[in-house]
Amino acid sequence: MAASMDDFEPRVVLPGDSLMGHIPGELHGKMTLGPGLRQDETKIFSTKAGILKRKNPHTFWIDCHQKRYVPAKGDKVLGVVTQKAGDVFRVDIGGQSQAILSYLAFEGATKRNRPNVQVGDVVYAKLLVANRDMEPELVCIDSSGRSQGLGVVGSDGFMFRCTLGLVRRLLLKDCPMLKFLGEKISYEIAIGMNGRIWVRAKSIHTTIAVVTALTNCEFMSEDDMKKMLRKLVAAGFHDSRPKPN
Amino acid sequence: MTSNPENNSSVEIRPIGSLQSCISKPDGSAVFTQGDTSVMAAVYGPGDVKPNKALMDKATVTVTYKPKIGISGVREKALERMIRNTCETVLLTTLFPRSSVDIIVQEIQDAGALLACSINAACLAMINAGIPMKCTVAASCCMMGKDEELIMDPTKEQTKDAECVLTSAIDSSAHSLIASSMQGSCSVEQYHKLMSVCQKACDKVFEFYREAMERTLSKP
Repeated sequence: MAASMDDFEPRVVLPGDSLMGHIPGELHGKMTLGPGLRQDETKIFSTKAGILKRKNPHTFWIDCHQKRYVPAKGDKVLGVVTQKAGDVFRVDIGGQSQAILSYLAFEGATKRNRPNVQVGDVVYAKLLVANRDMEPELVCIDSSGRSQGLGVVGSDGFMFRCTLGLVRRLLLKDCPMLKFLGEKISYEIAIGMNGRIWVRAKSIHTTIAVVTALTNCEFMSEDDMKKMLRKLVAAGFHDSRPKPN
Repeated sequence: MTSNPENNSSVEIRPIGSLQSCISKPDGSAVFTQGDTSVMAAVYGPGDVKPNKALMDKATVTVTYKPKIGISGVREKALERMIRNTCETVLLTTLFPRSSVDIIVQEIQDAGALLACSINAACLAMINAGIPMKCTVAASCCMMGKDEELIMDPTKEQTKDAECVLTSAIDSSAHSLIASSMQGSCSVEQYHKLMSVCQKACDKVFEFYREAMERTLSKP
């Protein structure tokens, strides 16, 4: 089994490719299929063009450069409140239909104590319900009623759109970009799985610099990222605070 | 079939080229060129749909064909219909009920085999958008001249003295026929000849899709 695990190489697949040839035989029928894969009777097909990847021992998925977001349960997303409708807010999260967010789904909210959310506010929320037959539903609390960083994000930050590939890349465990940036510049960031990123730094100039750095890093190698950040720091975008003793 | 000399000769089609993600707003876009014929396609979806157009069990696929000059008429409507039905066959529309997939096809230059080029452009744009598909689709055009000679991927000039022109779309998994459109007339045997040549040309387009995707995805 160990030998066949090493055989696996990430490769480019197109919609309709049968993957039976690329997956070790002993795994057939007992693997976990991720995004972009489809099972038809006993065969497995790809439904998107992308790179077939594997997480040991038996999880497979396709990584693709997609722009459109399809809501998935548990994803943390950034949305814009578009409407207040009775007990719920309608939130645009970039999916096929607007998501609903109950006013009770905020930390400390009660029937009397409504959260202060206005139309146009940006919220960072988690998807509680997301399936193809129902309206997506958001919450800004975890199961114990804590906000855990979710909720309305400040109006002094900046939200921009990017590809879903960039978001996934930034959220990888070993992505160096956010760490490099944080060493030189202090900033706040909220990354939504729906291809939206919200940034707030000390000044508008610095915020713009961070946004530019993030949008540029999608197709960069680690060395290029470092180079770009060095330029950014040389241009004066860094914290002039004294180093802690 | 094997006695057919046309089958043994290699199928020559005009050089193919493509450009992906060429426009920033749509979810997927592509320019597909075959010789001098060039078509741009953009895909939006799965997105919001008007309640009166929503289908309960699958996504609504719409195709808008934009001619190079003038407004669209009957000819464009017929092209739209062909492209729409072909694309809907390969899309997994049941995954997105009550949503829409909008495809816009813009003619840039028509130098023959326009329908085939439009279908190929639409398919590449759908691949680029990452919409779930059963398989890919490729189309090709073949004509038969006055003295029964077959011309693969004819130019507009060549089609003027054609007995019949066949455009067929083929899927990548079963290599079965999805759509076929013919102008002019021919016998059944001649139709089979034309079909087998078209099929070979479609295989070349499938190869091209793979190359194009490998190029775009290898970017890091």
